[in-house]
Amino acid sequence: MARMKFLCDADRCIECNACVTACKNEHEVPWGINRRRVITLNDGKPGERSVSMACMHCTEAPCAAVCPTSCFLPTEDGIVLHSKDLCIGCGYCFYACPFGAPQYPRVGNFGTRGKMDKCTYCAGGAGPEPTGSMEEYVKYGSNRLAEGKLPLCAEMCSTKSLLAGDGEMIARIYKERVVTRGYGSGAWGWKTAYREDVSA
Amino acid sequence: MRRLVRATPFMGSAALVVLVGPGLRAGAAAAEVRAPDGAFAPDANAAKEGVLLNQDARISGRIDILDRRADVLIQPRGREWEGYHETWLQPLGVLVILGTLLLLGLFYAAMGPLRLTRGRSGRTVTRFSPGERFAHWLAAISFVLLALTGLNVTYGKIVLRPVIGPDAFSAFAQWVKYTHNYAGIAFALGLLTIAALWLRQNLPTRLDLAWLRAGGGYLSETHVSAGRFNAGEKLVFWFAVLAGVAITASGVVLLFPFYGTTIAGMQLAHIVHSLTAIAFVAVILGHIYVGTIGTEGAIEAMVSGEVDVNWAREHHDLWLAETMAGSAPNERPEPASLGRQGA
Repeated sequence: MARMKFLCDADRCIECNACVTACKNEHEVPWGINRRRVITLNDGKPGERSVSMACMHCTEAPCAAVCPTSCFLPTEDGIVLHSKDLCIGCGYCFYACPFGAPQYPRVGNFGTRGKMDKCTYCAGGAGPEPTGSMEEYVKYGSNRLAEGKLPLCAEMCSTKSLLAGDGEMIARIYKERVVTRGYGSGAWGWKTAYREDVSA
Repeated sequence: MRRLVRATPFMGSAALVVLVGPGLRAGAAAAEVRAPDGAFAPDANAAKEGVLLNQDARISGRIDILDRRADVLIQPRGREWEGYHETWLQPLGVLVILGTLLLLGLFYAAMGPLRLTRGRSGRTVTRFSPGERFAHWLAAISFVLLALTGLNVTYGKIVLRPVIGPDAFSAFAQWVKYTHNYAGIAFALGLLTIAALWLRQNLPTRLDLAWLRAGGGYLSETHVSAGRFNAGEKLVFWFAVLAGVAITASGVVLLFPFYGTTIAGMQLAHIVHSLTAIAFVAVILGHIYVGTIGTEGAIEAMVSGEVDVNWAREHHDLWLAETMAGSAPNERPEPASLGRQGA
């Protein structure tokens, strides 16, 4: 069984934000919510690197652990899905997430954030909606995984910086790159998300 | 290049950017690490996760989207907060709250209630005014609501969710969340009023030491003198005021996300809020015990506001003397006196 992961090769990311745009378009993500974002480190300095970040679909996901209504459903593929029917918008997952993945439709004073939204790994939600149905699409976006496709952000990355797929496979691709070109700034977030590191 | 372009007054002037650009870049290049042979080393200066996380607990950078709060790339402390919440807080709360209940139960079984040694006199004296009772019950009722709803946020998924099912539990938890968020206002107002009304009478005096040494009459037969509030009540008062400030302040931080705080601030606020809440529940359980089944005649002070004169003599003799000096105690309404009132 595959263990789905994301890996952003920061030495290839050119900060084009196409992953961000592709995600927003594919899932019709509401205004103000960004399931994926690109952050530039050491901006304008030598060694500047950009990293595309979204929900990393953690091993032993902290969001799932702290959720007061247990609305998260980690799948057999290691994808962390959640149910907007069970979410009460308390913000706990947002405190626990190491990657700032949980998003809320409103600013949210007095706990009025609305239902949490985050990257679904293009795999829909954990609710009762039938796979590929319009109801599922409206709540969680398209279910590409059910169609045998990988997340769109990674699929259409122009420099193939962002990799999605089985963890072992994308780690192998990344290691090959590091060996071939002679350098690599590491698999960002892997230690925190998967408690493992990719070193060539 | 982005910053350079922004800093230039003539945004359209590519020539100026070209002129200014290399100059600044040359300055930055002085700090650049190169290969031993002087060649350009593409990876030598690269931002590295481990290095950045050693410098700061989180990595943040520049972000293009309008939501600037999303500029934090990684904050591993989320996992630490999860560890606090799941590994420490849950057992700690169970231990402290159930432990307190157990101790109070054992104490009651061993000692029973503190009875009035000379029985009731039949005459009463006013202990708490309607305003004082209103403030007390405003804080008390909202506290019970807050405690139960707060416990549901932490323990509901373990205790209640398996019983009533995920859908019913989420619908319930949603209302519980709103109740918790708004009852907090009532609690803060009630506590503020209590603090303002009783602050002066709760200042510590020399008498309090003697009261504490005698265990407040609970542990020994000796009679202990006290003014309007004894040392035990003063301790509850000061605990409630201090814990109330901590729990209200941290609660406000959580009610208004990102107003002057970051995720780190909210994690800290949650830790303060939850630890204070556990201690608060334990102390208030003790307070409820002493004020109800633990002490004969005590609850009347907060229900009708009237206490028996003998009760006042046993528990607050100095206050009774002070009150009696001003006016006579209230007659308990007996048939004869009722008749007089009716006439």
